[in-house]
Amino acid sequence: MSVINQFTASFTTSRPGMPLRSLLAVAVAAAGMSAGAAQAETLNIVSWGGAYTDSQNKAYHEPWEEKSGDTVVNIDKSSNALSGLRAQVQAGNVTWDLVDMLPSDALIACSEGLIEPLDPDTLFAAAPDGTPASEDFIENSLSECFVPQIVYSNIVAFNTEMFPEDKQPDSIDDVFNLEEFPGKRALQKKPINNMEWALVADGVAPEDVYEMLDSEEGIERAFAKLDTIKDSVIWWEEGAQPPQLLADKEVAFASAYNGRIFDAEVNEKQPFSIVWDAQVFELDGWVVPTGKLDKVKDYLMFATDTQRLADQAKYISYGPARTSSAALVSTHADTGIDMKPHMPTYGPNFETAIPKDDEFWADNLDELSQRFNAWLAR
Amino acid sequence: MFCVLCTLIFLFLIGPILVIIPLSFNAEPYFTFSEKMLSLDPEGYSLRWYQEFFTSDEWMRSIKNSIIVAVCATVLATVLGTLAALGLSSRFMPFRNTIMAILISPMIVPLIISAAAMFFFFSKLGLTQTYLGVILAHTALGIPFVVITVTATLSGFDHSLTRAAHSLGASPSRTFFRIILPLVTPGVVSGALFAFITSFDEVVVVLFIAGPAQTTIPIQMWSGIREEISPTILAVATLLVMVSILLLTTLELIRRRNERLRGLTPS
Amino acid sequence: MSDSSAPATSGSAAHDPTGAPGAALTTADGVPLKQSLNRAIRRSRIKALLLVAPLLVFIGLAFVMPIFDMLSRSVDNPEVSTYLPRTSEVLVDWDGEGLPEEAAYAALAQDLAAGLKARNLGRVASRLNYEKSGMRSLFMKSARRAGRMEAPYKAALIKADEDWEDPDIWRLIKRESSPLTASYYLAAVDRQFSPTGEIVEKPEYLQIHVSLFIRTFWMSAAITGLCLLLAYPVAWLLATLPASRGNLLMILVLLPFWTSLLVRTTTWIAILQQQGVLNDMLVGVGILAEEARIQMIYNKTGTIIAMTHILLPFMILPLYSVMKTIPPSYMHAARSLGAGPITAFRRVYFPQTLPGIGAGSILVFILSIGYYITPALVGGQSGRFITNFIAYHMQTSLNWGLAAAIGSILLVVVILFYLVYNRLIGVDKVKLG
Repeated sequence: MSVINQFTASFTTSRPGMPLRSLLAVAVAAAGMSAGAAQAETLNIVSWGGAYTDSQNKAYHEPWEEKSGDTVVNIDKSSNALSGLRAQVQAGNVTWDLVDMLPSDALIACSEGLIEPLDPDTLFAAAPDGTPASEDFIENSLSECFVPQIVYSNIVAFNTEMFPEDKQPDSIDDVFNLEEFPGKRALQKKPINNMEWALVADGVAPEDVYEMLDSEEGIERAFAKLDTIKDSVIWWEEGAQPPQLLADKEVAFASAYNGRIFDAEVNEKQPFSIVWDAQVFELDGWVVPTGKLDKVKDYLMFATDTQRLADQAKYISYGPARTSSAALVSTHADTGIDMKPHMPTYGPNFETAIPKDDEFWADNLDELSQRFNAWLAR
Repeated sequence: MFCVLCTLIFLFLIGPILVIIPLSFNAEPYFTFSEKMLSLDPEGYSLRWYQEFFTSDEWMRSIKNSIIVAVCATVLATVLGTLAALGLSSRFMPFRNTIMAILISPMIVPLIISAAAMFFFFSKLGLTQTYLGVILAHTALGIPFVVITVTATLSGFDHSLTRAAHSLGASPSRTFFRIILPLVTPGVVSGALFAFITSFDEVVVVLFIAGPAQTTIPIQMWSGIREEISPTILAVATLLVMVSILLLTTLELIRRRNERLRGLTPS
Repeated sequence: MSDSSAPATSGSAAHDPTGAPGAALTTADGVPLKQSLNRAIRRSRIKALLLVAPLLVFIGLAFVMPIFDMLSRSVDNPEVSTYLPRTSEVLVDWDGEGLPEEAAYAALAQDLAAGLKARNLGRVASRLNYEKSGMRSLFMKSARRAGRMEAPYKAALIKADEDWEDPDIWRLIKRESSPLTASYYLAAVDRQFSPTGEIVEKPEYLQIHVSLFIRTFWMSAAITGLCLLLAYPVAWLLATLPASRGNLLMILVLLPFWTSLLVRTTTWIAILQQQGVLNDMLVGVGILAEEARIQMIYNKTGTIIAMTHILLPFMILPLYSVMKTIPPSYMHAARSLGAGPITAFRRVYFPQTLPGIGAGSILVFILSIGYYITPALVGGQSGRFITNFIAYHMQTSLNWGLAAAIGSILLVVVILFYLVYNRLIGVDKVKLG
């Protein structure tokens, strides 16, 4: 998958009448392939970019391109996927074929009719032992229009060189403790995760966090706790920023997606470490824009099978969303290190984990974002 | 005292632009002068960020996009804008001020508002994420500059020249090509340069209505600054400063030529 | 526009520019001169209009219509009436007192089931969730059970979720079932409808836009003031120097003007950041201690410095073009009549530069309140403008109606200043280098 491909591909697709010569070229190429092979297509796949898209390229896209002759074009727009889908559906001009999305956004997109319902047992392959897909994916992870690929986690990481060796942070309380662990903190500029962490650091048990947040008292408590570090926070908006800020030692702590930190640790040898305490984990997966199911059916069947999901875990430390894949997770493709201890679901990492409550955030994100912004501006 | 003050202000104007040039040759991945650079050690300097720029597919693609969009938008804006300016400079033009105000409005309306509005409207027409959409948007943004510069040139235009040509038997098309065009050319060219740089430098509208296939240089810089600042951006910035020096020189030459021509016409 | 020299009429009439009334003059082919003249004028008028027409049509389609589309979006409210058609119809007759009748509950149950099936219920759920948190799950949860509900629907819905016993929720649905809404504009100025329909302030912890508007205005005013302060001496110098040296210095003004906005913003990041050039210099000479590096960017200071730099040429150029027209002899005369340099400046020179000050200030102020890129990149939290919130609502919160409402308010402000500018100076007199 080269960028040149991407350029030429998008150029030809954006032109309504393909010139005769390129039609001929396609016809010749198609004739040259084995009989019965479907005509090669260009799949516009929207994802998160960076290390994550790289892992999808290696585990899904490249094998699929080889197998089918299709061309995959990566579009790094997942952070604005919902608005992009709304605009394209409204325009009646959907150019995206498959979108990588968070389940909470998928719930909204599904209820607005922007994406296709997916029937797991006809669309996704059964596990090698014959378990149907609907039972093989992690319990409750499939939803009407959403099929998960991975379990990932929002964590706080730190630069180990910023603290004395005998005094490294290891709990979420330390992130809120400016006296013992001085330095700036980089946090994502949205209420999600930050409010949960603030409450846990303030003494709320991880399992009670959302109940607490559902009350005015809980919200005030979370903001009060965030107030204690507000002046030391740098707010980030792009997923690429936290590892950068940590590497430059601009900050001592940074909230991040665990895979990005893993990538920097392993591929760039950065001295980072993860505070797994109070990690907020959730799923991430595919949705199909309305009208695109036929086009991506074959790809989707391929990319969600047991082996492909296990393959992705060779490149990035996100847990596969199929039970049958988990057993196949082994070592990192390039360095050969054992992937298991880097997974969010690894026992010791998982003890105080908080499952993100999609429904709570679907209801409250509008108002809490507004409140969060007002709090930031104060 | 006054001179010191003015020098400081000029330093404020031009200093930041000059600072970026040596910084772009930094051998280290930092945004500041290293000790080796300050001691003029050749080892402190390198071309690595330029190399990175010229070998990056993404940057090369965005240059290509920027040029495609800016050239198309400039041609459209210049043709439409020049025709309109010819009409506007006629003293029989009805509703002249109102029409002028409408034509200039893309320059006055904040870009974020134009961008949001175009995003809403262009999505309905299926023009978002297409080259055509970006080109049309940039044409609209470039038009005020063409209209302003060409009408300004025409306002000093001596109409007795066309009448003279006419009475000497020249056809209207001959009059246009032989008399009007040479005189308005400087205005048209500088208007076109303004339209070009407007499109070449524009971020906000592209941010809203373009797809990843239409990524331009400013968008690439924008995401570079927001995500991971690498000195490659400084190399790009230096090259862009060169582009603006080039454009400025062209404009200055046109202005001089224009003054010379004007000097020949009776006032 | 040009002036004096000759009346620019068409060829045939030009032979008699006076066109004296009374004497029934005719042209060579016997047509009365007046008629011929009128015809010629009409023809020129049509010709001029035809030349302008293509551009006018283009700007109309590519610019003016999008702007009107945005304006209409700020009040457009189709969701409830489209996706809850039966409920909105029944609620028309409801007086808003207590709870509505069984008919409303029945209509709602039908709408919910139909909306779930057609997979568009989420649109109305998203819409109402902007007004009241929790509406989304209330709708989606109830809808999943609505298909199996039986009369009496009132009891069935309340059993599904007791929120349906809350008259406020019904009032909200009734209020938002009208095809036009003021709620986006209210939200844009931190107001909302109370459950009973009065306009009230939002709770303080949700207020943000008004303070951002205010911040945008005062920071823009500060930037305009700074620009004026810096531009005045420079423009004076440029206007009074002999042409050759003046032109050379002019290039120092024009180069930044022609340099990419992102380049100039990037340079300020390189200069002002904590590990940047200026802090390094100050630490290097020993003015600052290593730990005492100053935070000069990602806050208000950063925005003000970078934007003053970016907008300065827009102030210098109009000032310069006005000062250029002031003959130096005025000042000489004042001085020779015994005025001190300060008095001469204050009483003679300064008043004549007022048009330039007005033009430059309005221009810089208009440009400044609409800036997005620079505040977004160097403004941090405290140096952001209202424009950054338009982008936020477009891209992150996805509340497009609210983005359109904030945009419309800003647009009105800009247009007001534009009209003042037009009245004072005239748009076509904008000087471009």
